[in-house]
Amino acid sequence: MTMQLKEIESLIKDTFPDAIVEIQDLAGDGNHYSATVTSSQFVGKTKIQQHKMVYDSLKGKMGNELHALELKTKEKNGPTS
Amino acid sequence: MDQQVKDKIENEITNNEVCLFMKGTPEVPECGFSMVVTNILKSLKVNFKGVNVLADQSIREGIKTYSEWPTIPQLYIKKEFVGGCDIIKEMFENGELKKYLQDKNISHKQ
Repeated sequence: MTMQLKEIESLIKDTFPDAIVEIQDLAGDGNHYSATVTSSQFVGKTKIQQHKMVYDSLKGKMGNELHALELKTKEKNGPTS
Repeated sequence: MDQQVKDKIENEITNNEVCLFMKGTPEVPECGFSMVVTNILKSLKVNFKGVNVLADQSIREGIKTYSEWPTIPQLYIKKEFVGGCDIIKEMFENGELKKYLQDKNISHKQ
Protein backbone atom coordinates (compact mmCIF):
# COMPACT_ATOMS: atom_id res chain seq x y z
CA MET A 1 0.00 0.00 0.00
CA THR A 2 1.46 3.35 -0.95
CA MET A 3 0.45 6.97 -1.48
CA GLN A 4 1.33 9.45 -4.18
CA LEU A 5 2.92 12.78 -3.24
CA LYS A 6 0.10 14.74 -4.88
CA GLU A 7 -2.52 12.79 -2.90
CA ILE A 8 -0.84 13.68 0.40
CA GLU A 9 -0.59 17.33 -0.64
CA SER A 10 -4.25 17.58 -1.63
CA LEU A 11 -5.47 15.87 1.54
CA ILE A 12 -3.48 18.34 3.67
CA LYS A 13 -4.64 21.32 1.61
CA ASP A 14 -8.27 20.22 1.99
CA THR A 15 -7.91 20.81 5.72
CA PHE A 16 -5.42 23.68 5.53
CA PRO A 17 -6.42 25.79 2.48
CA ASP A 18 -3.93 28.53 3.39
CA ALA A 19 -1.06 26.10 3.97
CA ILE A 20 2.32 26.08 2.31
CA VAL A 21 3.03 22.38 1.90
CA GLU A 22 6.53 21.19 0.98
CA ILE A 23 6.76 17.43 0.48
CA GLN A 24 9.73 15.26 -0.47
CA ASP A 25 9.71 11.62 -1.43
CA LEU A 26 12.53 10.20 0.70
CA ALA A 27 12.81 6.73 -0.73
CA GLY A 28 10.94 6.67 -4.05
CA ASP A 29 8.75 3.86 -2.72
CA GLY A 30 5.58 5.86 -2.12
CA ASN A 31 5.90 5.10 1.57
CA HIS A 32 8.53 7.42 3.05
CA TYR A 33 7.99 11.15 2.77
CA SER A 34 9.03 14.28 4.61
CA ALA A 35 6.69 17.26 4.77
CA THR A 36 6.77 20.79 6.13
CA VAL A 37 3.35 22.35 6.62
CA THR A 38 3.04 26.07 7.35
CA SER A 39 -0.40 27.33 8.29
CA SER A 40 -2.08 30.03 10.34
CA GLN A 41 -4.27 27.29 11.84
CA PHE A 42 -1.29 26.21 13.98
CA VAL A 43 -1.03 29.52 15.80
CA GLY A 44 -1.44 28.98 19.57
CA LYS A 45 -1.41 25.17 19.26
CA THR A 46 1.16 22.85 20.86
CA LYS A 47 3.44 20.79 18.61
CA ILE A 48 1.47 17.65 19.46
CA GLN A 49 -1.80 19.37 18.53
CA GLN A 50 -0.29 20.69 15.29
CA HIS A 51 0.98 17.24 14.25
CA LYS A 52 -2.33 15.62 15.22
CA MET A 53 -4.15 18.13 13.01
CA VAL A 54 -2.00 17.08 10.05
CA TYR A 55 -2.44 13.37 10.84
CA ASP A 56 -6.21 13.87 11.05
CA SER A 57 -6.17 15.61 7.65
CA LEU A 58 -4.71 12.40 6.19
CA LYS A 59 -7.96 10.62 7.07
CA GLY A 60 -6.55 7.53 8.73
CA LYS A 61 -3.82 6.89 6.14
CA MET A 62 -0.98 7.83 8.51
CA GLY A 63 0.54 4.63 9.85
CA ASN A 64 -1.38 2.60 7.25
CA GLU A 65 -1.02 3.40 3.53
CA LEU A 66 1.51 6.01 4.57
CA HIS A 67 4.22 4.24 6.56
CA ALA A 68 6.52 7.13 7.34
CA LEU A 69 6.07 10.89 7.24
CA GLU A 70 8.80 13.03 8.73
CA LEU A 71 6.73 16.03 9.69
CA LYS A 72 7.57 19.62 10.55
CA THR A 73 4.88 22.18 11.27
CA LYS A 74 5.29 25.95 11.31
CA GLU A 75 2.94 28.72 12.37
CA LYS A 76 2.15 31.20 9.65
CA ASN A 77 1.60 34.63 11.22
CA GLY A 78 -0.58 36.70 8.92
CA PRO A 79 -0.71 36.65 5.11
CA THR A 80 2.73 38.17 4.48
CA SER A 81 5.00 35.67 6.22
CA MET B 1 -9.61 -0.88 23.31
CA ASP B 2 -10.43 -3.38 26.04
CA GLN B 3 -9.72 -2.68 29.69
CA GLN B 4 -6.95 -5.25 29.95
CA VAL B 5 -4.88 -3.52 27.24
CA LYS B 6 -5.53 -0.13 28.81
CA ASP B 7 -4.38 -1.46 32.19
CA LYS B 8 -1.19 -2.86 30.62
CA ILE B 9 -0.41 0.52 29.03
CA GLU B 10 -1.18 2.50 32.17
CA ASN B 11 0.89 0.08 34.24
CA GLU B 12 3.92 0.76 32.00
CA ILE B 13 3.60 4.55 32.02
CA THR B 14 2.89 4.63 35.75
CA ASN B 15 5.78 2.40 36.79
CA ASN B 16 8.34 3.92 34.46
CA GLU B 17 9.04 7.64 34.67
CA VAL B 18 10.40 7.60 31.12
CA CYS B 19 8.63 5.05 28.97
CA LEU B 20 9.21 4.59 25.24
CA PHE B 21 6.77 2.51 23.23
CA MET B 22 9.00 1.39 20.39
CA LYS B 23 9.67 -1.26 17.77
CA GLY B 24 12.38 -3.53 19.11
CA THR B 25 14.38 -2.94 22.28
CA PRO B 26 16.71 -0.11 23.38
CA GLU B 27 19.63 -2.46 22.70
CA VAL B 28 18.25 -3.64 19.32
CA PRO B 29 15.82 -1.09 17.86
CA GLU B 30 13.98 -2.53 14.84
CA CYS B 31 12.89 0.71 13.19
CA GLY B 32 14.79 3.84 12.22
CA PHE B 33 12.44 6.18 14.04
CA SER B 34 12.59 4.13 17.25
CA MET B 35 16.38 4.12 16.97
CA VAL B 36 16.52 7.91 16.67
CA VAL B 37 14.60 8.36 19.91
CA THR B 38 16.56 5.70 21.81
CA ASN B 39 19.83 7.32 20.68
CA ILE B 40 18.61 10.72 21.89
CA LEU B 41 17.66 9.32 25.31
CA LYS B 42 20.97 7.45 25.57
CA SER B 43 22.96 10.55 24.62
CA LEU B 44 21.21 12.44 27.42
CA LYS B 45 21.96 9.55 29.82
CA VAL B 46 18.26 9.20 30.64
CA ASN B 47 17.13 5.95 32.23
CA PHE B 48 14.11 4.70 30.32
CA LYS B 49 11.97 1.60 29.78
CA GLY B 50 11.57 0.40 26.21
CA VAL B 51 8.26 -1.33 25.60
CA ASN B 52 8.59 -3.47 22.46
CA VAL B 53 5.25 -3.15 20.67
CA LEU B 54 6.34 -5.80 18.18
CA ALA B 55 6.17 -8.32 21.03
CA ASP B 56 2.54 -7.47 21.86
CA GLN B 57 0.13 -6.62 19.01
CA SER B 58 -2.56 -5.49 21.46
CA ILE B 59 -0.22 -2.81 22.86
CA ARG B 60 0.95 -1.88 19.36
CA GLU B 61 -2.60 -0.94 18.39
CA GLY B 62 -3.82 0.02 21.87
CA ILE B 63 -1.19 2.70 22.41
CA LYS B 64 -2.26 4.45 19.20
CA THR B 65 -5.82 4.64 20.49
CA TYR B 66 -4.71 5.56 24.00
CA SER B 67 -2.56 8.49 22.84
CA GLU B 68 -4.66 9.33 19.80
CA TRP B 69 -1.38 9.18 17.87
CA PRO B 70 -1.11 6.98 14.77
CA THR B 71 2.52 5.95 14.82
CA ILE B 72 5.29 4.34 16.84
CA PRO B 73 7.54 5.34 18.67
CA GLN B 74 5.73 7.20 21.41
CA LEU B 75 7.49 8.74 24.39
CA TYR B 76 5.83 9.15 27.78
CA ILE B 77 7.45 11.10 30.63
CA LYS B 78 5.75 10.98 34.02
CA LYS B 79 2.56 9.61 32.43
CA GLU B 80 2.43 12.47 29.88
CA PHE B 81 2.66 11.88 26.13
CA VAL B 82 5.58 14.01 24.93
CA GLY B 83 5.61 13.06 21.25
CA GLY B 84 6.76 10.79 18.48
CA CYS B 85 10.08 10.81 16.64
CA ASP B 86 9.64 14.16 14.86
CA ILE B 87 8.71 16.10 17.97
CA ILE B 88 11.34 14.49 20.23
CA LYS B 89 14.02 15.13 17.60
CA GLU B 90 12.92 18.77 17.25
CA MET B 91 12.80 19.24 21.04
CA PHE B 92 16.26 17.70 21.37
CA GLU B 93 17.70 19.93 18.65
CA ASN B 94 16.27 23.15 20.09
CA GLY B 95 17.06 22.33 23.73
CA GLU B 96 13.40 21.95 24.77
CA LEU B 97 13.84 18.29 25.70
CA LYS B 98 16.59 19.02 28.21
CA LYS B 99 14.47 21.76 29.75
CA TYR B 100 11.47 19.42 29.87
CA LEU B 101 13.56 16.81 31.68
CA GLN B 102 14.77 19.44 34.16
CA ASP B 103 11.25 20.69 34.79
CA LYS B 104 10.07 17.12 35.42
CA ASN B 105 13.07 16.30 37.69
CA ILE B 106 14.26 13.50 35.45
CA SER B 107 17.98 12.81 35.93
CA HIS B 108 19.98 13.36 32.75
CA LYS B 109 23.39 14.47 31.54
CA GLN B 110 23.98 18.18 32.26
